[in-house]
Amino acid sequence: MLYFDHAATTPPLPEVIDSVARTMAQYFGNPSSLHRLGKEAETLLRRAREVVASTLKAHPDEIIFTSGGTEGNNLAIKGAAWQYRSRGRHIITTQIEHPSVYECCRQLEREGYEVTYLPADASGRIDPEAVRAAIRKDTILVSVMHVNNETGAIQPVEEIGRMLRNEPRIIFHVDAVQSVGKLELEPARAGIDLMTASAHKIHGPRGVGFLYCREPIRLTPLLSGGGQEGGVRSGTEALPLITGMTKAFRLAAESLSENRAAMYRLRARLVQGIGDIPGLRLTGAREAERMAPHIVHFTMPGVKSEIFVHALEEYDIYVSTRSACSSGSDEPSRVLLAMGMPPEEAASGIRISLSPQHTEEDIDVLLDRLRTVAERMRALQKQGGKK
Amino acid sequence: MNADLILLRFGELSLKGRNRYKFEQAMLDHIQSLLAPHPRAEIRRTSGRVLIELNGEPYEEVKEKLGRVFGLSSFSPVMRARLDLDSIRQTALEAVRAMDPPPRTFKVQVRRPNKSFPYDSPRLNHLVASYILPRCPELRVDVHNPDAVLQVEVRDEEAYVFSQVVRGLGGFPLGTSGKAMLMLSGGIDSPVAGWMAMRRGVLLEAVHFHSFPYTSERAKQKVIDLCGKLAEYAGEIRLHLVHFTDIQTRLRQEANENLLITLMRRAMMRITERLAHRHRALGIVTGENLGQVASQTLPSLHAIGSVTTLPIIRPLITMDKEEIIRVAEQIETYEISILPYEDCCTLFVPKHPSTNPNMQVILQLEERMSWLEDYLKEAVEKTETMIITSSPETNRTSSADPMEELL
Repeated sequence: MLYFDHAATTPPLPEVIDSVARTMAQYFGNPSSLHRLGKEAETLLRRAREVVASTLKAHPDEIIFTSGGTEGNNLAIKGAAWQYRSRGRHIITTQIEHPSVYECCRQLEREGYEVTYLPADASGRIDPEAVRAAIRKDTILVSVMHVNNETGAIQPVEEIGRMLRNEPRIIFHVDAVQSVGKLELEPARAGIDLMTASAHKIHGPRGVGFLYCREPIRLTPLLSGGGQEGGVRSGTEALPLITGMTKAFRLAAESLSENRAAMYRLRARLVQGIGDIPGLRLTGAREAERMAPHIVHFTMPGVKSEIFVHALEEYDIYVSTRSACSSGSDEPSRVLLAMGMPPEEAASGIRISLSPQHTEEDIDVLLDRLRTVAERMRALQKQGGKK
Repeated sequence: MNADLILLRFGELSLKGRNRYKFEQAMLDHIQSLLAPHPRAEIRRTSGRVLIELNGEPYEEVKEKLGRVFGLSSFSPVMRARLDLDSIRQTALEAVRAMDPPPRTFKVQVRRPNKSFPYDSPRLNHLVASYILPRCPELRVDVHNPDAVLQVEVRDEEAYVFSQVVRGLGGFPLGTSGKAMLMLSGGIDSPVAGWMAMRRGVLLEAVHFHSFPYTSERAKQKVIDLCGKLAEYAGEIRLHLVHFTDIQTRLRQEANENLLITLMRRAMMRITERLAHRHRALGIVTGENLGQVASQTLPSLHAIGSVTTLPIIRPLITMDKEEIIRVAEQIETYEISILPYEDCCTLFVPKHPSTNPNMQVILQLEERMSWLEDYLKEAVEKTETMIITSSPETNRTSSADPMEELL
């Protein structure tokens, strides 16, 4: 089996599974309980928070543990929009965000907020100048993702962060779910106020993530309850998942540069191979440094993505069409349309996502199968054309 | 500010006659240890001045460290100039431009220990001021009450230019007044008392009484964290944790309720005295504050203090609560102190503690407690000692260690 869908989710590392299991067995106390078991759980929670914070050079109090990327994005966007609504009701985001950002903005529009959705260029990148031009007096929030989950295009969040330093009233949120642990991004240095991360994208457990929330920003909580996580995220802390996540982020941070280099090497090999296959069109920028190390995206105009995915599945190779959260629908990809692709092409996107554990042989097998499938599809297209 | 050197001033120390050298050395040792993260910085003594040569180490960070040194009365960031007029003038101009906020008036003050320098002090004074004035159009000279005094010191090899004077903590260098035990409860007052005693040159070891299992691990962590804050000034603090539960519960069974606090405090004081002897300390520091609570009236202080012959140092005795809180905030213990965990003093609080305990009754009661001596001995024997440093990583209680593998 060859699994090339690491942008959707990753298999947890054995060390992570071990941490989760041992925390469940040994630290089952509720961190809020007054007795010794509670105290131990609280200490472990505090240590975990310190370790997670240290991977971002942040302060432990700036880390809010959540149930994952969707909650992190919801808490960041709605929490900030509600908290600071007296400042204004205008939000800037992009047309290429993950549904958990996009749908939040849609909800806020229904509540009377105004949202500007910026398009991307043909390479899938947002222009920082367009962000600047969209700023109004009543803008309270800018939300731009770091790495696009579909195309892998890296967004210029550091440039945007630098620019927004001159706009202290505007809060800057970055959905970094696809990049944390893979690319370096220190929120405080990059001028980022809120940053979402999820554990299961970097070999951690599912159902857990965190939101970086720069001091002294406050968020209106989504959940009412016992006031855990500084009152922002009530609910008994999922300590086993949190320790597992901490393990995963720490390991990822420790080998970030090696892993990044390894994946860029694999990516270069894959990109070159795909470029040689007739009918396939690579998406995104040609310059590797503008693209995330773990994602390669291409289209085959005229062939529905789903057909291509199932064709590869016959060879026990698993790839994806787009954000796993939207791939059920038959519509052309919203992200690809925002880049100016015609609908027929935007319905044919294929995403291959790598892990540092893949080998060059894995890539060669994949390329071989891609060539075979593409040939078959072209033959079908020609037959269709004759009819 | 682009400082090359830092000039240190000692204040009170200069009064100390023959001990001066010893005191100075104690302080320089302390500074040296705080400068460990800045290996390029060097301490130099030259003709009556003590300087830190920064050699490229960041001034702002070293400044923060110096803010934790007892005995330092003030210090100044210094820019260095070559022994020629141009260099001195340019450096002086740069120093004036770096002042924040920009002064409206200034004067130049020249010292010239190097008599071979071709311009004498009044001449150089004029030459520097007349160079600066046309280049800073907003600036005027005021020799009587200037916003800033720009000092130029012409020495044998180079000239120093400085103006800013940063106040130090004052007091005496750490440890020059000997060692004392600090009774540390976890409240707001006792860490402040400890810090003020430390500023007077006292080396501290902390004593904390806990009533495990009635008081929690959190209360212990709180005291550890407080010691961590004090350790930022002292390098490290030894913390003695006394198991007080047995004495406390037995006293509660046998003593009149309104005298319980007095008897408890007397027992604590006796244990602290024995720990002091054991660790060669010659005093006991407490956070007692006249009239604050029942055990801090004059009769209570007398009843409690009379069990020991050691000097009891009570730095807060006449301070207002607000002043105490201000210091607690300054040394960053306030936020820790207000965490709401039970400690052994808030446990079993009687409804009406006596503000005027009768000494005779107390002595009679204690006479009948034949068990007390054994209990005191046992408490001293079972005391657990930890070494607390300013880095929180090393101050985990032992139960935290297996956790590291999980993260």
